[in-house]
Amino acid sequence: MADAGRAGVGVTNPSPVLELAHVSKSFVGVRALQDVDFRLRPGQVHALVGENGAGKSTLIKVATGVYHPDAGEIRLDGSPVHFASPLAAQEAGISTIYQEINLVPLMSVARNLYLNREPRRFGLIDAARMRRDARRVLREYGVNVNVARPLRELGLGAQQMVAIARAVQIDARVVIMDEPTSSLEHREVETLFGVIERLRHQGIAILYVSHRLDELFRICDAVTVMRDGRVVHTGAMRDLDRLHLVSLMLGRDIAEVRRHGTTDFGSAHHIGDRPVLRAENLSSRRVLQDVSLEVRPGEVVGLGGLLGAGRSETAKAVVGALHTEAGRIEVDGAQVRRNSTAAAIRAGAVLLPEDRKSEGIVPNLSVRENIVLAALPRISRAGLVTRAKQDEIVDYFMKRLRIKASSPEQKVGELSGGNQQKVLLARWLCLNPKVLLLDEPTRGIDVGAKAEVQGVIDELAKDGLGVVLISSELEELIEGSNRVVVLKDGRKVGELTGDQVSEDALMQSLAQAPGGTPRTDG
Amino acid sequence: MAEAALRRPALDRDRLLSLLQNYGVYAAIVLLVVVNAAITQNFLTLANLRVQLYQAVPILVVALGMALVIGTEGIDLSVGAVISLASAMIPLYLGYGPWAAMGTAMVAGAVSGVISGSLVAFAGVQPIIATLALMIGLRGLAVILNGASAKEVSDPLIDGLGTGDWLGIPQMAWVAVVLVGLVAFLVNRTTFGRQLVAIGDNRAASALSGLPVRRVLMTVYVLSGVLAAIAGILLVGYGSYADPSNLGLNYELNAITAVVVGGTPLSGGKVRVLGTVAGAVLMQLITATLIQHDVKASIEQMVEAAIIVAAVYTARGRSGR
Repeated sequence: MADAGRAGVGVTNPSPVLELAHVSKSFVGVRALQDVDFRLRPGQVHALVGENGAGKSTLIKVATGVYHPDAGEIRLDGSPVHFASPLAAQEAGISTIYQEINLVPLMSVARNLYLNREPRRFGLIDAARMRRDARRVLREYGVNVNVARPLRELGLGAQQMVAIARAVQIDARVVIMDEPTSSLEHREVETLFGVIERLRHQGIAILYVSHRLDELFRICDAVTVMRDGRVVHTGAMRDLDRLHLVSLMLGRDIAEVRRHGTTDFGSAHHIGDRPVLRAENLSSRRVLQDVSLEVRPGEVVGLGGLLGAGRSETAKAVVGALHTEAGRIEVDGAQVRRNSTAAAIRAGAVLLPEDRKSEGIVPNLSVRENIVLAALPRISRAGLVTRAKQDEIVDYFMKRLRIKASSPEQKVGELSGGNQQKVLLARWLCLNPKVLLLDEPTRGIDVGAKAEVQGVIDELAKDGLGVVLISSELEELIEGSNRVVVLKDGRKVGELTGDQVSEDALMQSLAQAPGGTPRTDG
Repeated sequence: MAEAALRRPALDRDRLLSLLQNYGVYAAIVLLVVVNAAITQNFLTLANLRVQLYQAVPILVVALGMALVIGTEGIDLSVGAVISLASAMIPLYLGYGPWAAMGTAMVAGAVSGVISGSLVAFAGVQPIIATLALMIGLRGLAVILNGASAKEVSDPLIDGLGTGDWLGIPQMAWVAVVLVGLVAFLVNRTTFGRQLVAIGDNRAASALSGLPVRRVLMTVYVLSGVLAAIAGILLVGYGSYADPSNLGLNYELNAITAVVVGGTPLSGGKVRVLGTVAGAVLMQLITATLIQHDVKASIEQMVEAAIIVAAVYTARGRSGR
């Protein structure tokens, strides 16, 4: 269906609904936007891509009235406009859905949908009608829930749908989506794409920002690539291939990108014989059933599966962060007590969690303290902290992982996503772990940092570490793994080895797995 | 790149707020001392400073423990009741000598901390609820142990802690200096202290990093209980009597005020020990200034309220960017 939409737009070429002409914006010396031209046409999904700091956010903020351009002009339907505030832009029909959902978690779903424009009767909120309308609207978005319940009881994906439904309801003509899929699971992404398709047919213009190349090629009609505050390319999506797009974003040669790959973990290397991690029959009520996993030194084992398959849960169970009722875990031949993170870490099994912000970084502590957080007891004598040893470790890892911070004393919360991820990697590497479990290690970080993180993972595997990799990006999973264990509904349903490790084989394995349709939810 | 630049226009306001947050308490103290030296009779006399000290130290000691608890994103409302309980233990065990009496008082504080600590760390009860229950229950227990009327405590050692000197300086001051030093060292130089701060900032991340979250939480509440008990001993010594129905009333609120005014955020992840000292001193100076100028207690309370709001506002202004 995406193809049909693209073809249709290609034929007609309607005049732009929103236009930025020669827009520049500087912040005390730094030019965030330089002479940017950008046109958004009705019925088009327009991708905006670039590395962090390329100026995407600034462009969005200028278009939505958060910032005012220093030079240039914004046109709505061809006539110049000036948005005094984000509210003014919204009233003009420009709706923005931010990465972090801006809704009220404790209010009901219906209240959230109609916040500030509730249907009224005799001056009071007509609650019955509001609920009725909310149910009808949300059903269109594939969200069938009790709209009287508080929003926070919904899954993240459903919350995102409510946010989108709300944005579109406000008579939107332009919808801006900033990384809308970063918190969504596979099935929810499909629903979102369905919604985008419908918006496209309604003639709404969509500005779509995402780091996930697969998505861009699937749903976008046009693409604008930004680098260092300038537009370096604008054109139809179908005229670009993946390699070309990456080279434009990075400003590198195609040949160079081809050599390093877009999501390549590098070549094969020696894999040991004796498993460094052996997890047997891990079971946790309602989430895991008899999951077994073996990882040998130097091996990268991918965990494949759909939403609710139990990938993150398996990783958490191995390091004792998810309560298991049964099972046995061995690291490097020695049995490890279950349900104790401390025991798992002592044995050498560590987890890079999926949610960097809420489970990974300690935002107000410095880069230094974040790196040595787990190692602190080991590098302390009689419970007393020694700086010399810390500085040595921190210095080494900041150089080795190329962590960009103003100093080791900068707060981690101020770093970019990619650098935060490197800090977390450093936190584990300074413990000399034997098994590294990585849950979505490259989610939400820009292409450059992503390649670096993948490079580090590859290097670690070469050094003989056992790696467990979870990634919702199929390509990353397939190219990164030597072997893929397929999970479904909390059980292991298959394993791909050698030449079997391919996207097709994984899809087939998921489709063939007993107990339901391929796309199941959890 | 762009993001770093965005912050720059707001930098001056930020820097001002940050200065206010970091040094505002100290500046306010200096200001009050200067003003008082000019307008208040006998303010800079030794006798007056001594009176101020006797008032401020017990609150400061409680506030030190409170700062640790608040650093873990918790709160300890039971400290006033622990003071009361500790004071009830002293006449009860004074027959075995002052050391036994003080020892039992501190054990009582520690046990109270074990209870609130287990409720918070193991049962997952919210700190405000767990310690609220103790705040109500412990004072009742203390009154049962002691009887409703105040009991006289005349022991040279304990009374000396309250009013006596050592090397010409009140013993209470020595106690305060030692405890401040110990707590500052604990927070800044020990693994325990750094883990405490990390847990307060991001508990989930700390747990995943293998930090002993429960043990740290438990220890923090025990420390808070013991420090409150020490404050109870000082108060008994100062007044020479144990009065569980009145001793330590509102101390939990005074301690929280001192901590917050001293720049420790209620959201956890940061403990400012010297700031807490300054917070306790500042609140005492304000009270003293107003009392010595015959300002009504009701007005005094309103001034205190304004200070608290101002302190919380500056703290918010910086983090809520």
